[in-house]
Order: sequence, then C-alpha cells, then structure tokens
Amino acid sequence: MSSRSTLSVKEAVARGIARRYRNEAIFRALGLGALLIGLGFLAFFFYTLVGNGYTALEQTRIRLDVELDAAVIDPEATRNPETLRGADYQRLARDALGRLFPEVTSRADLRALYALLSAGAGIELQQLVVNDPAAIGETRTLWLLADDDVDVIVKGQAPRDVPETDRRMDDRQLRWLTALEQQGRVDLQFNRYFFTRGDSRDPELAGIWGATVGSFFMLLVTLALSFPLGVATAVYLEEFAPRNRWTDLIEVNINNLAAVPSIVFGLLGLALFINVFGLPRSAPVVGGLVLSLMTLPVIIIASRAALTAVPPSIREAALGVGASKMQMVLHHVLPLAMPGMLTGTIIGMARALGESAPLLMIGMVAFIVDVPDSPVSPATALPVQVYLWADSPERAFVERTSAAIVVLLLFLLVMNAAAILLRKRFERRY
Amino acid sequence: MSLAPERKSNDLAEVATEAAGAPSVQAVPPKPADEGYRTVGDFTSANAVMQARQVDVFYADNHAIQKVSLDIGRNEVIALIGPSGCGKSTFIRCLNRMNDTIESARVTGDITLDGENIYGRQMDVVMLRARVGMVFQKPNPFPKSVYDNVAYGPRIHGLARDRAELDEIVQTSLERAGLWTEMKDRLEEPGTGLSGGQQQRVCIARTIAVNPDVILMDEPCSALDPIATARIEDLIDELKQNYAIAIVTHSMQQAARVSQRTAYFHLGKLIEVGDTDDIFTNPRHKLTEDYITGRFG
Repeated sequence: MSSRSTLSVKEAVARGIARRYRNEAIFRALGLGALLIGLGFLAFFFYTLVGNGYTALEQTRIRLDVELDAAVIDPEATRNPETLRGADYQRLARDALGRLFPEVTSRADLRALYALLSAGAGIELQQLVVNDPAAIGETRTLWLLADDDVDVIVKGQAPRDVPETDRRMDDRQLRWLTALEQQGRVDLQFNRYFFTRGDSRDPELAGIWGATVGSFFMLLVTLALSFPLGVATAVYLEEFAPRNRWTDLIEVNINNLAAVPSIVFGLLGLALFINVFGLPRSAPVVGGLVLSLMTLPVIIIASRAALTAVPPSIREAALGVGASKMQMVLHHVLPLAMPGMLTGTIIGMARALGESAPLLMIGMVAFIVDVPDSPVSPATALPVQVYLWADSPERAFVERTSAAIVVLLLFLLVMNAAAILLRKRFERRY
Repeated sequence: MSLAPERKSNDLAEVATEAAGAPSVQAVPPKPADEGYRTVGDFTSANAVMQARQVDVFYADNHAIQKVSLDIGRNEVIALIGPSGCGKSTFIRCLNRMNDTIESARVTGDITLDGENIYGRQMDVVMLRARVGMVFQKPNPFPKSVYDNVAYGPRIHGLARDRAELDEIVQTSLERAGLWTEMKDRLEEPGTGLSGGQQQRVCIARTIAVNPDVILMDEPCSALDPIATARIEDLIDELKQNYAIAIVTHSMQQAARVSQRTAYFHLGKLIEVGDTDDIFTNPRHKLTEDYITGRFG
C-alpha cells in the first residue's frame, strides 16, 4: 500500500507542478508590469515638469548703456532717499533703449519699442541708485530685464516665423529684437527674481518667495498647534483613558476625521476662525489653524500606533521599580515612541504643505505681491500659487507653474526624507 | 467546500444563536468559588513579611486563582511551582499589584505587607512597588546605559542626595548582583546590548537598587541558558541574606536548588505548601506527587 500511495503522490505533484510554477511566473509578471506602468507615469510626470520648468531658471535681459542722468533722478542734488526712490527710472531705461534706435521717432513706434523692456528695468535702476547714490551722473552698462513677450520669443517658446496676427509681438518689435540680438545685447541670465519675489502680474517679476514664506508661517503654526495637541491626545487615549463607550466613540470619530475632505475643514475655518473669532482673512495663522485641524487626526493615529508599538515589558519594568504612570510614560514610553510620532508628524506636515483646497475657503487665494513678514499678514501658499499661475493666460507663467511645482515637490521630498532618516536614526532595538 | 451539509439539522439553531452573538457556554458567570478544598501543609511562615489570606483573582469572568493563603518569609526563598496556567504568576503579580495594570482584573481577599493591607486606602501603589520589587520572565532592561538602568529607581524615589551617593548605590547594587567586576568599565554601554544573562542580572541590580523588602521573580531564568541560569541561582541564594524572595519557576530542579519552601499550584488552587525538602521527597497530595514525578506538567 505504501509504495502505491507514494507513487500516486509523486505523480500528483508532478502533474500539478508545472502549473504552479506557471501561475507564479504570471503573478510575478503582472506585478512587475504594474510597477513598470507606475514608474512610467512617474517618469513622464517628472519629465514634463522639469522639461517645462527648468527654463524658468533663466530670464532674458538686454544690455543697455544707461545714463543715470542727475537731472532726471535728483535735479536739486539733495540726495534725499525719498527723492531717489521716487524718480522716473523707467524713463532712463527707455532713453537708453531709444538711443540704440535713433530712427524710431513716432509716438506709437516708441511705445512699441519701449514695450521690449519690463517694468522691472526701472525697479532695478532704482535699487542700483538707492544703494549707490554715487552712481548718479555716470553712464553704466547694465543688463536690464526684458518683457515676458521678449523672453518667450528668445527662449523659443513662441515661434517667430508665423503671421504677425498669431504673435504677441508685431513685425517691428521682432525686427528690433533681432537687431539687439545681432549686437549681442540679448542674453539669458539666472532668474533670481523667481526665488526672491512675491507674486506679480508681470511673469518676469513673479516669484515664489512670497508663497514659500506664507507656507512656512502656516506650517509653523500647524506644527506648534498640532504636534503637542496630537501627542498629548494620543498619550491620554492610549495610556490613561479608561476603555469605555466614550473613548470608543472618540476613537471612531478621530479615525473618521482623518478621512474628511480637506475643503470641509476650510469651510469650518471660514465659519469659525474668520466669521466668529474675527481673525484676519488670507492670513497664514488662519491657514495654520485650519491645517492643524486637518493634520491632528493623522498625528493622533500615528502617535497611538507608535505608543502601542512600545513593548509592554518596558512598561512593566518601569512600574516594577515603583515609577508612577506619568513617570513610566515620560521616562520610557514617550522617548521610545517619539521617532514614530515625529515620522507621523512630518508626514502630516507634508500633507498640509501640499494642501490647497481649504486655503481657498479662507481667502489665501488672493493676489498678494508683498512677501509676508508675519503670520498675520496676508499671504498665499505654494500650492495655491501654483493654482493661481496655472490660471494665468500669459505664456511665460507656464514655465513658472512647472518650476513652482518642482520646488513644492522638492520640499515634500526633503520632508519625507527627513522622516525616513529620523526613523532610521532613532529607531531603538529592544 | 462548505461544511454546512455535514451538520445535523438540529445543530443549525445553535449555530444561528452563536452567530447572533448570544453568549456561548464559556461566558456563563463563574461558579461560586470551590470552598471545599484545603491547602495541604502549613502555609504560614514564622518570620512572615507578606501574608496573603483567601485571595481570589478574576480576569473578567475567568476565576484565575481561588482562596489562596500563603506567607512570604524573611530571609528565605519560596518557590511557586505548578503546570502552565495554574495561577502562580497571577498570585505573585498580586503581591506588588501589577495586576492593577490589567483593566479586567479583580482581586479580593487580604494581602498585607508588614501588617499593612496593600490594597488598603493608605497604601500607595508606588510606595508598594518600591518595597516589593519584581524581576520579570524576559530580561527587560531599559534601552539606556547600564548605569541609568540601575540608577533609575533611586533617581525617581530620590534615594541619593548627590552623584557620589548615586554612584555608590549603583556600585553596591551591581556588586550584589555579581556584575560589578564585569560591568565597572562598561557602565555607559546600553543595557540592551548585553547578553541575556547579564541583562537579567542588570534587572536584578535595578530591583535591589531601591532596597526593597521583598523581591518577586517571575520565571527569571526561562529565557536563559544553563550557565546564566546557574549564576542567577547562586545570586538568588546570596540575596536571601537580605531579602524575602518569591520565585515562580517551571523547573523543579531549580525550585529544589534555590528554595527553602515550595508551594504547588494547580488550576488556580494552592494544593500544597511545605519545606522544599519535604515536598520533593515526601509529597502528601496526590496531585503534587504526580507533578513532581513528571506524570504531567
């Protein structure tokens, strides 16, 4: 009997074995395929973003010999900073450009010529003179900011060889630009305004610094509120609260809050913080409050998981030598759970950083030029800035939108990397 | 393939009530404690530091130990033996109220430490655990340095006025735990990096650093190899000069080697107590005899 049954087992296994291996191979191939498709989309996403965005790092400038005419800047030679600031620097830049094309005389032609220069050219001259009044009266060779229409043409993002009606620049302007290029007066230079300025209607003057500072203030408020509150809540629920119907109810609600659409928190923030408490509209402090509400459940859930992961033997050891419950938690449980709590917090913060919907409800979608100097001054946030620029008609905002997304993703990447590092660095073996 | 066709039809009603969440047989309220049994032998000690009388413990509806009365004597080691689940660990966890941490646990009866009821209102649980220390089954040093492990108890209780005094307490405790010579140059190493036997001795040093009256040990050697076990047993023998020790063990040889008295538990009842020599050579109860001769366990 034994030999017969052994034989049949052998046969049965042999019959099925090829099919088992085939199934495994199919499963592996499917998994790998899914992974590759996902990676493909990711690669395409990054390729488009970086491909669209990297040109925003450079900005067209025109080299002009600007005469810093004392009669225009400071006719009475007072060197009063007020006077220096108020002078018509744009005129100096225009005159410098006009001198290169003496044949242009009519008013309409001149206006078209001057349109090659950005309004930022005057601002640059103003800064130069305010910082260095000794330059007044000299003639300086300067690279001045060009208009975004010029920039788009120079970067090749808008075609030159199409009928005039399909271009934002007419034939005359294109001719002048070509002439400037032939003289070597047009060049692409590093676009520092993108990293140092707030929003602007002129793409060549628009930057993400205002939005970055707004996001920073907002996250600061969020962190200061949600981390201590979240950790304290988690510790109370996990270590001190009795297990009964009320704590069960609270737990269910916290888990549900983590899944509430973020725009609902924005509505709550509008109704409560702005309409009832009278906090300022568009302010990072309100944004931070709203994002705290949104992040708290995430932090509480992560912190509770971290607390549960602390082995009971450590608690028993502490209680066994006569530590009180508070001492047990503060001396042993909390330090061991802290890496997990911080990881959860950073991931919650990263989510808050990328959030735009609730901010729309509390007015952070406003057009704000100034870089905010405090959490109560009006500001916008990085994702909202992306949203605003994506909505703008100018061609030059396309590259800025992509570049802003890349910057946002970089921040997220840094935060997630910090979370991973923290976990690796402080993970204790016990 | 479903099991349903194999069921007899009259089983279906039962299945339905179970599925509806009706209480099953196990959830019936516990039977009143069996008062009929008497512990064989003398459960008192002439020099008792702790006295337990008629102690019952319930975990929710599970009657874990029934009417246990036992003394823990000064300068002696009492071994608690018995098959798994007999309630010996539950009993010693009553002695320093570690059962308080289990929400469903309920303890009745009287337990006194130096005549004071440890479940009484004037007894503080922190104070109790400082006086009745515990060593656990799995070595559980804190993930801190050896020094901080041993110094933790004295620090939280404020036993040392300055660093020098603390150093002295740490040194004395490690000396008593037989660790000073091997540890004196490694005090800053993490306690979790030591070998299992060293970890357990650090835990013992941590317990004696607060100078308790009683040390409870819950299978302190079950996670250790024979050499480390032998060292801990020697240590227990020395420690009884200064402390009352209650040790739960699964090893009858260990009980015979280290203890002066032995208590045999069976299914939540204290069956027999007596001098270790008597119990192992001349057990009076049938269950004790069956257990120590290896018929079950």
